[in-house]
Amino acid sequence: MTTSNEETILQVEDLKMHFPIYRGVFQRQVGAVHAVDGISFDVRRGETLGLVGESGCGKSTTGRTILQLYKPTAGQVHFNGVDLVSLKGEELRMMRRKMQMIFQDPYASLNPRMTVADTVGEPLMVHNVATGKEIQERVQQLLELVGLNPAFASRYPHEFSGGQRQRIGVARALALQPSFIVCDEPISALDVSIQAQVVNLLEELQEQFNLTYLFIAHDLSMVRHISKRVAVMYLGVIMELADRDDLYLHPLHPYTQALLSAVPIPDPVADARRTRTILEGDVPSPVNPPSGCRFRTRCPIAEKICAESRPDFREVSSGHFVACHMVK
Amino acid sequence: MPDLLLDIKGLETEFKTPDGIIHAVNGVSFGLKEGETLGVVGESGCGKSVTMLSVLGLIPSPPGKVVAGEALFFGQDLLKMTKEEIRLVRGAQIGMIFQDPMTSLNPVLTIGRQIEEPLMLHIGMTKKQAQERAAELLGMVGIPNAKDRLNDYPHQYSGGMRQRVMIAMALSCSPQVLIADEPTTALDVTIQAQIMDLVKRLRNELGMTIVWITHDLGVVAGLAQRVIVMYGGLIIEEAPVNELFANPSHPYTVGLIGSLPRVDETEHSRLFSIDGQPPVLYQKPHACPFAPRCKWAMERCWKENPALETVSNEHRIACWVDIKTGRSR
Repeated sequence: MTTSNEETILQVEDLKMHFPIYRGVFQRQVGAVHAVDGISFDVRRGETLGLVGESGCGKSTTGRTILQLYKPTAGQVHFNGVDLVSLKGEELRMMRRKMQMIFQDPYASLNPRMTVADTVGEPLMVHNVATGKEIQERVQQLLELVGLNPAFASRYPHEFSGGQRQRIGVARALALQPSFIVCDEPISALDVSIQAQVVNLLEELQEQFNLTYLFIAHDLSMVRHISKRVAVMYLGVIMELADRDDLYLHPLHPYTQALLSAVPIPDPVADARRTRTILEGDVPSPVNPPSGCRFRTRCPIAEKICAESRPDFREVSSGHFVACHMVK
Repeated sequence: MPDLLLDIKGLETEFKTPDGIIHAVNGVSFGLKEGETLGVVGESGCGKSVTMLSVLGLIPSPPGKVVAGEALFFGQDLLKMTKEEIRLVRGAQIGMIFQDPMTSLNPVLTIGRQIEEPLMLHIGMTKKQAQERAAELLGMVGIPNAKDRLNDYPHQYSGGMRQRVMIAMALSCSPQVLIADEPTTALDVTIQAQIMDLVKRLRNELGMTIVWITHDLGVVAGLAQRVIVMYGGLIIEEAPVNELFANPSHPYTVGLIGSLPRVDETEHSRLFSIDGQPPVLYQKPHACPFAPRCKWAMERCWKENPALETVSNEHRIACWVDIKTGRSR
């Protein structure tokens, strides 16, 4: 996984994020939530890497930890060759210009007391890249870019619908002309017909500005649509990573197989033809994850070795990584 | 038709808000056949939930009010019943499951108590009978060690298990109809697959009639036999499930199906997107509610609201345009 060529914009190595749990009068640490527990992958310039998994698998934590919104417990994050984990203060702040985030809930992520112009222009002001009139002009440009009427700049978030709010969030993320954007479930709060609008916008912007996306989602159909490569997470660990078509057509990990077979297809004929693997039980707690392979408690093909040692995340064919003892 | 279990005619529901009256349901008519699974599809605010809540007498009033229509259930109009009368129908003859299993259960009562209560109330079972039946029901919906888990509280159950409990409660009095309002929306896909599998199994075992309200066309494709598509408080298309997906005829349905990426897609193309947003219904639609977003819209669409008409066997749509030719039908 350590192939560092020019193409790589982001390289994550053995990243861990454990949130401590404190209990009792003396607030002693009694355990930790193993939200992200040793993951490695890289993202290439101009591509979209999809990160999928069920709720609580650590996919959002991964995105936030990469951007140093949380201080990682261990591991390294190289962005354009610089290790973000070791950066502090002003140095880190300068790097933030190049990496931005689009949030899940357009109803909660915008300040209701700030006008659209304030929200979109704030990053420009905070980073001192423009002043006064320049900011106004840039805001107008940005609004136009994301398909909003620039005349709306003085309005407040409550005057907009969910899809429009998400466009405001996209405009704000683009303000500093970043090269890398973490999209944390940007469409899951939107209605179906609006989702397509926002996804098409993200794709157009990517082509126009050669943006790199880490696209976090639980909707496997949308991830297949937008991503070039896809990583599947389960309980803080990446189980499989491969090119989109490779992963969806030839999933190797039993979890990926089950996950894909669980997605309903909007076509009754194709849906009836499929064979389904229905997983039993629920995802275990990340406070006390199972020994060995994290998935073994629900895995239909688990054997003794799966409880004893954690499978390596290895490359089984070109660009196809999988963490499973049973995959030859 | 005698085989209609539930026959809804001309239902209209409105809500008074400080900004004016919202016309949430604007004349919805459909029948529910015995033994079928009917999918009701639409985006938020299209009136799909309000339609079913109106029928069950669950619209909070004020601000809501059912202003017109009838809902015949075994020949009796549910909309004319008193609160007491409809309460006997709900739970006993019509069971319900709601979207959020986290908030639908009382956190301070044991699961067992919550399942036993309707059994004692509606059917008049003794405490002991109710306990046995509760354990049986939990087992039926696939909860292991059902008997021991009756004494647990809701927080000791996971999301998927709580939804199973909700299903067990809905089925406890053996209702003829089960109304499910987005029951899997709050759940992960693997858990959703478990619940859908369970519902299919129970449907076969108990021969239940089901109304499944959802925004997810994928879920409908896998579960329903017949589908109703709603927009702007109206039914705009109704067809058997295979027909709807093979031959969608209303521009909104076409757009909705086209805007979905598929997990089995192999070719990458831009998603078909419907411009604009769903309407906020401050006025009753006098024209086609979809006209502002419709690329086939003609002059007539802006003036008159099309009625739901049969275009072929069991396939009904409300549209002035024949989208195959782009001309008036």
